[in-house]
Amino acid sequence: MQLDQLYQEIILDHYKHPHGRGLRDAEDLGDQVAEAHHVNPTCGDEVTVRVATDGAVLHDISYDGMGCSISQASASVLHELLRGRGTGEAFAVHEAFVELMSGRGQVTPDEDVLGDGVAFAGVARYPARVKCALLPWMAFKDAAARAGVGVSPEEVKA
Amino acid sequence: MTSIAIPTGMPQYDDVPRFDVARVRADFPILDREINGHPLVYLDSANTSHKPRAVLDVLGEHYARHNANVSRSVHTLGTEATEAYEGARAKIAAFINAPSADEVVFTKNSTEAINLVAYAFSNASLRPDASVLAAPSRETDERFRLGPGDEVVISEMEHHSNIVPWQLLCERTGATLRWFPVTDGGRLDESGLDDLVTERTKIVSLVHMSNILGTINATSRITARVREVGALLLLDCSQSVPHLPIDVVDLDADYIVFTGHKMCGPTGIGVLWGRGELLAAMPPVFGGGSMIETVTMARSTFAAPPARFEAGTPPIAEAVALGAAVDYLTGIGMPAIQWHEKELTAYALDALGSVRDLRIFGPTVPVGRGGTISFALGDVHPHDVGQVLDSLGVQVRVGHHCAKPVCSRFGVPATTRASFYLYTTTEEIDALVAGLEQVRKVFD
Repeated sequence: MQLDQLYQEIILDHYKHPHGRGLRDAEDLGDQVAEAHHVNPTCGDEVTVRVATDGAVLHDISYDGMGCSISQASASVLHELLRGRGTGEAFAVHEAFVELMSGRGQVTPDEDVLGDGVAFAGVARYPARVKCALLPWMAFKDAAARAGVGVSPEEVKA
Repeated sequence: MTSIAIPTGMPQYDDVPRFDVARVRADFPILDREINGHPLVYLDSANTSHKPRAVLDVLGEHYARHNANVSRSVHTLGTEATEAYEGARAKIAAFINAPSADEVVFTKNSTEAINLVAYAFSNASLRPDASVLAAPSRETDERFRLGPGDEVVISEMEHHSNIVPWQLLCERTGATLRWFPVTDGGRLDESGLDDLVTERTKIVSLVHMSNILGTINATSRITARVREVGALLLLDCSQSVPHLPIDVVDLDADYIVFTGHKMCGPTGIGVLWGRGELLAAMPPVFGGGSMIETVTMARSTFAAPPARFEAGTPPIAEAVALGAAVDYLTGIGMPAIQWHEKELTAYALDALGSVRDLRIFGPTVPVGRGGTISFALGDVHPHDVGQVLDSLGVQVRVGHHCAKPVCSRFGVPATTRASFYLYTTTEEIDALVAGLEQVRKVFD
């Protein structure tokens, strides 16, 4: 297997220079704020994702965590893709990302939907790493549900 | 190449037992494999070892030629299978110098063996009058009875399999769990021994060799204290029995546990060794066929050990193959294996010490430690280290190694671990070090 398919430049860039890292309070005091803490029990990766929303728009997605390059870069991409989006749109992106990661490398990602998330296409070929990539996305799903917005796809059985 | 004669009277090269590693490697079919276009460099034997052809052949041969159930058939195949199964028990007893083969109880693995002891305590603690559970014609033995005020002592260095069963036992009985801390150098901190192991202690359960730090614990002070207070001592020898000569008489423990798949045997077979007198006093844990003396609709009486603790059809072929693994290891010689790994460990500690920004968790000298080395490479996550190494054919374990408290103790979520066995070579350690340079290139 080609290592550079896994560790694409985009992923390493997000890992070394994460976007929007750090848990933040809501700017709009009227927002619902909720967070979820997820761990990967096999390797000890951890991430906390916090969502601030008025029910229609995800005003902020902030996060903190420690873990491998894949899980931490994935959190950075999640932040960048979904922050400021309408909830319906955000969940469509979420669904597309989960579908990509569940595809064992057979799914061709749509860059218009997934942006930098397309870089994770190679990760889907490494079953042991799919959970790393999904960790922040599953935490996001829980945090969003706790903040009272939508339910997105079920967790994949990696 | 010049050779230097070592003066007579000094330790000589040939004083220690040795073996030809290339010949040993030829016994292991899997070592011919390529991984991602590179020769396999298997540095994960603390996780599971590979199996020599001799063991694979016995496993196949058992099913092909001698398959039958044990301890219940009068026919020829049944007799052959029973003889092979009990013969394996005798081989394993001899391997650890157990005074009697009846002190060897077959289990699924070390985890089941520890749980078996914990549940025997549990059963003995259920009701003071639960003599139905006690051994024939005995009162429930006070040594196994736990309640509020009693204590179980473990250490911060344990595998989860030697933590969780005792936590659960303490929850069920109201006893208190206590533990030895670990020093910054990765050794067991025995400084509080006399306060930790007291008249309240019922059992001390300790790892003999740490699966993450590589530390081999010196147990004699602890054993002396355990005897003084009248407690029992269990040693988790999962990582030591495969790698060092183990003599249960010498160790003076009450129980040891180990698992077959880490010592060239198959998965699905492990061992609980217990002092004969103790096993005879222990109540049963699993009920079913083979473990009984007689059964009526109202109650049962139980067989003597080891049968009392082996309910149901056991892993017969696996036990027989573990016997073959023990024959294989004995043929090479455990002192020679121990010495080989000591030299490898010294080599690896030096080699890893030359890698920039690499931090070793555990003893950094090849004394009182085995060939299992955990480390961090800068702030590169172990998952990423392992992934790059895998692309070069180097198989290491990454993660918390089922020893999360050790990771917490050293302030890391996970480590990268290289572990050696009799088939490991210095060239493989060189491949690891070269691979770590590659990791740097990707993540620097």
